[in-house]
Amino acid sequence: MTAWAFAAAQTLLFIAAAPLLGGWLQRVKCHMQNRAAPAVWQPYRNLAKLLRKRMLLAENASWLFRAVPYIVFGAMLLAAAVVPLITVHLPSAAIADVIVLVGFFALARFFTALAGLDIGTAFGGMGASREMMVSALAEPAMLMAVFTLSMTANTTNLSVATEYILKSGLVLRPSFLFALLALAIVAVAETSRIPVDNPATHLELTMLHEAMILEYGGRHLALIEWASQVKLMIYAVLIVDFFFPWGIATDFSALALTIGLVAVVAKLMLLAVVLVVWETVLAKMRLFRVPQFLGFAFMLSLLAMLTHVVLETGG
Amino acid sequence: MSGTNEIPLLLAYAAVACTLLSGVVSMFAVRRHPNFLHFGSFLFLFFSGAASIAAGAWALLAKLSLTDHFALGLPWLDWHVRIDPLSGFFLMLLGTLVVAISLYGPSYTREFARGEAAQPLPPLGVFSALFIVGMQMLLLADDALVFMIFWEMMSLSGYFLVVYQHQHAANRHAAFVYLLLAHVGALVILLSFGVLAAFGGGLTFDQMRAAKLSPLWATIAFGCAFAGFGTKSGMVPLHVWLPDAHPVAPSHISALMSGAMIKMGIYGMVRVIYDLIGDVRWEWGVVVLCIGTASALLGVLYALMQHDLKRLLAYHSIENIGIILMGLGLSMIFLGSGHMMLGTLGLVAALYHTINHALFKGLLFLGAGAVLYRTHEHDLDRMGGLIHRMPITALLFLVGCVAISALPPFNGFVSEWLTFQTALQAPALENGLLRTMIPIAAAMLALTGALAAACFVKAFGIGFLGQPRSRRVARAREVPAGMLGGMGLLATLCLLLGVFPTTVIEAMAPITQMLVQAALPSAAAQGWMWLTPISPQVASYSAPFVLIAIVAVFGLGYLILKRGAIAPRRAYAWDCGFGQLTQRMQYTSTAFSQPIRRVFGGVWKVDEQIDTLASAGPIPRVTSLHYSLRTQDWSWLKCYVPIGRLVLAAANRIVFIQTGNIHTYLKFSFVTLLVFLWIVS
Amino acid sequence: MAISTLGLYSQAIILFAALALFTSFMMLAQARMMPLIFTFAWQGLLLAVVSVLVAIVSKHPHLYVSAALTVTLKVIVIPWLLYRLSVRLNMHYDAEVIKHPTLLLLGGVGLVIFSYYVAQSIVHLSGLATRHTIAVSIAIELLGMLLMSVRKSAVAQVIGFMSMESGIFFAAVVSTYGMPLIVELGVAFDVLVASILFGVFFFHLRDSFGSLNVVRFNRLSEAIEPVPLPDVAGESTLRDPS
Repeated sequence: MTAWAFAAAQTLLFIAAAPLLGGWLQRVKCHMQNRAAPAVWQPYRNLAKLLRKRMLLAENASWLFRAVPYIVFGAMLLAAAVVPLITVHLPSAAIADVIVLVGFFALARFFTALAGLDIGTAFGGMGASREMMVSALAEPAMLMAVFTLSMTANTTNLSVATEYILKSGLVLRPSFLFALLALAIVAVAETSRIPVDNPATHLELTMLHEAMILEYGGRHLALIEWASQVKLMIYAVLIVDFFFPWGIATDFSALALTIGLVAVVAKLMLLAVVLVVWETVLAKMRLFRVPQFLGFAFMLSLLAMLTHVVLETGG
Repeated sequence: MSGTNEIPLLLAYAAVACTLLSGVVSMFAVRRHPNFLHFGSFLFLFFSGAASIAAGAWALLAKLSLTDHFALGLPWLDWHVRIDPLSGFFLMLLGTLVVAISLYGPSYTREFARGEAAQPLPPLGVFSALFIVGMQMLLLADDALVFMIFWEMMSLSGYFLVVYQHQHAANRHAAFVYLLLAHVGALVILLSFGVLAAFGGGLTFDQMRAAKLSPLWATIAFGCAFAGFGTKSGMVPLHVWLPDAHPVAPSHISALMSGAMIKMGIYGMVRVIYDLIGDVRWEWGVVVLCIGTASALLGVLYALMQHDLKRLLAYHSIENIGIILMGLGLSMIFLGSGHMMLGTLGLVAALYHTINHALFKGLLFLGAGAVLYRTHEHDLDRMGGLIHRMPITALLFLVGCVAISALPPFNGFVSEWLTFQTALQAPALENGLLRTMIPIAAAMLALTGALAAACFVKAFGIGFLGQPRSRRVARAREVPAGMLGGMGLLATLCLLLGVFPTTVIEAMAPITQMLVQAALPSAAAQGWMWLTPISPQVASYSAPFVLIAIVAVFGLGYLILKRGAIAPRRAYAWDCGFGQLTQRMQYTSTAFSQPIRRVFGGVWKVDEQIDTLASAGPIPRVTSLHYSLRTQDWSWLKCYVPIGRLVLAAANRIVFIQTGNIHTYLKFSFVTLLVFLWIVS
Repeated sequence: MAISTLGLYSQAIILFAALALFTSFMMLAQARMMPLIFTFAWQGLLLAVVSVLVAIVSKHPHLYVSAALTVTLKVIVIPWLLYRLSVRLNMHYDAEVIKHPTLLLLGGVGLVIFSYYVAQSIVHLSGLATRHTIAVSIAIELLGMLLMSVRKSAVAQVIGFMSMESGIFFAAVVSTYGMPLIVELGVAFDVLVASILFGVFFFHLRDSFGSLNVVRFNRLSEAIEPVPLPDVAGESTLRDPS
């Protein structure tokens, strides 16, 4: 019973901490670009304001449009429940299958795209169409990288894979290096960061993700923004779990949990700095350069799989 | 012939009898008595479907294999029939679709009774009945003769159904191509049976099972069976009949064709390769896997470019057959290399996807038929906003779209998850080359899954969401309750098969036990809630958990946020300051798939033309713009037209013997007679 | 044997071999001249590091000399020569147009799979624990040849040739602990002389044909009409590959 309580607590902590990661990201970016930075808890203030606001719905918004924010947030909540944040041995780990995780993301994306098409404006259609293209091209790279990792650990369960990597100690695997690069590129594409999409743009013609949710306001927009912050955190924690899992708790003692918490906070802060540097150095790409970029990610993940089969396993 | 053990066979006979009766009844459905078709014929079909389900379920769950024979047909060749877990599984699949159609049909066929699309009703009823009888009997067949007779009956009555609205030349052409390829396929299947019968010493399946085939002949038999049954299933490059034939048939027949008829090809493959030939080789698995991957990828890419809803769904069937073939290919590779449990997993994944596809494709075709019934539109670019006018149809169609895009917690996700898990076990193989190629095939499966989701966002989004793009669609009404009932049944089954996968896999154990003498004991080892096909450490999935969690979050979110909140206000959509947005400013289906068309350019034959008319003068102003886009399948041009040209060229070489001169022909006969007399003497 | 059972140095050998393969792919897709030369220098450096590691693991000190030779030639001298050549020919900002880079990279992946297939029959002949890197060395060689056959600029072809030689050298290092030193010295100086000769020939070619785009060399054929020439001015400007 306490294990389930821990699982629930970890999920709630995940959801609660996601806007904090967004705030830290924004702060570091502003410092890097020599701008005055907002406080780290500005995203919480934004969410609270949005939740209080009165919603404006387009005249022909259907029941699907009104249901989608809840579906998207629910899918992200479920995804957050299965990714190990601080500790690995939770009962919810039994559905922590990485393909199921990809399925949750696909579910959220499907319904967001439908919401974009619902009102019947050109902006929504454009966002939906571009987003489906980018995600279709990112999917093989992500799954190939994940396959490489699960072929090494002989499991698709996130929890078991993290434990396996922890237990095998320091092993220099080239397949992991390439898979890390591929997964990083896919994460950038899926969370709509530069160079695939600009999360801070106001120009509709340059939007991918934002164009789909253009019509949302009030508590719907709060849920959707929160869900995208959770998605960014999930990808970050996924990268941390697969490639740098040292420090994660393997039992429920107070010491292990504290170390796990401190370790994951430090790693996420560091990953955010890396992301900011990446975003500052690169410029947003033209839409039809994105397929080449994702093709490069697919090639990296193919290379990861090949080096695993050729170099890392005997025979 | 008595005792409770014989009941499945009796139920199967009852099903066939009911179907025949439905055909007979519909012969009375002339112009002034259409209700004979609407109520009489479909009532018998309902009983037939129910009896099929009962027969199949009994045989499957009780793990029975029963045989019987009749002294019909030729004096020295009896008809043998058999019901066993495999045919029981497919009988259940067929029965479910027939029941759904019998609920849907009475209202739908009113369209043909009177009005602008009026057709005579008796042919529809009679040929539907023969079509279904063909499928039921070929599932029960236990020798090659019965199998081929009813296979041909299925194909021929399918022709008449496809050409039912024969007034359009396009329909006649589609039906002709369908018939041509169906016959070529049947000939090749006959060759395969011929090889097996020659080595087995007879036409019954029991004799063929006992046949000892050398590897070469086994491969020939496999090749012919795969090609022949693949033609019926619609695998690339033998798929060219499918996108033309399925859309032009009446919608409930399209559902039956796409849901059940192409599955008969899969049944044939499984029956011949796993049961009759028996010794599966891994090289065959590689061929099946490659063709499956190609079919999946090409099917979905072609589907993305379609703007006719039913044609889109037809191309999608090709993609799903590709996924089933990938599962079968993986299963054959593992079985051929000696990994029995992994081979079973592949087979289970393929069969699960078979029934999933039957359910959600049937649902989607019935939904398309519902839209067609009310609006007489089949072009996506003329639909839109139907979610407001036909809410329940839209909801059921949405269930179909979510299921086919392999999203949790519906059934499509379970079968794709199982296929991925099978592919992931590739490191167990010794052959290094296979260990590199199988993950690439799995990545292609991921790509097709994502593209399929894009395709159905397009289909549902452009067709049902947004604003209506034509007058008739703006005035559509909801369809009658019967049609909703048929669709609702299939949608509920999609959800149930997604949420209780362990139950389904346990139920499929007798099939794999019979075919490969292995099962998946660990699949339900952790209880009914957890699906752990290989072991809990390797992979686990809990569909009920996912469903409960989604519903809980939905409920909680709704309650927490709706309480005390101010009701939303309605306003006009964001127009960026341009002014009133019209329905022509929305994305069309061509626009939606344009990015993907640009990325994957070489896959289609694209003819794009933009004609502008500009006024003369120092600053030309465009006064009219004409845009036309044609995307075509390369297969027809690259595979079939060359064959046609070759045949014509060969014929042209020998056309000189046809002189038209009577004396020449008489001289031919004279010379032939002389030569024969000389030989005989 | 699985990688986790090997020592740290052997793991490092495998890691650097994989990175060298990655640089081969990068060269395949790199359209611009300067990064191409740079990537080639990186490949040389990575292969030198692999030689040093193999020397440590297998205790063959002559591999240190090989590594020093590689660094001198492949990392310093030849890239510098090529850089100077490009500057003198005013080509150092040039970028080629590669049609379908993604297809090219996927073809490269196919070559890697093929090398793996080929290497499986000879892998048991080596005694080194990291003998699976033979497949990688064959792949680097084949990728160098692919680079030569597909690219149009003459400098890219030279780099492809050098990369092939790197692949052969690498194959020797991982399977037989290097070649006899006299062979290595001979090959290394041959390569150096070849690059100097290439430089001399580039000037002659440019004077005769007006450009170093190998497509124009088609004019040497007596059978065909001269190919329609692309815009001369456009060749020295950066072109968007899509």
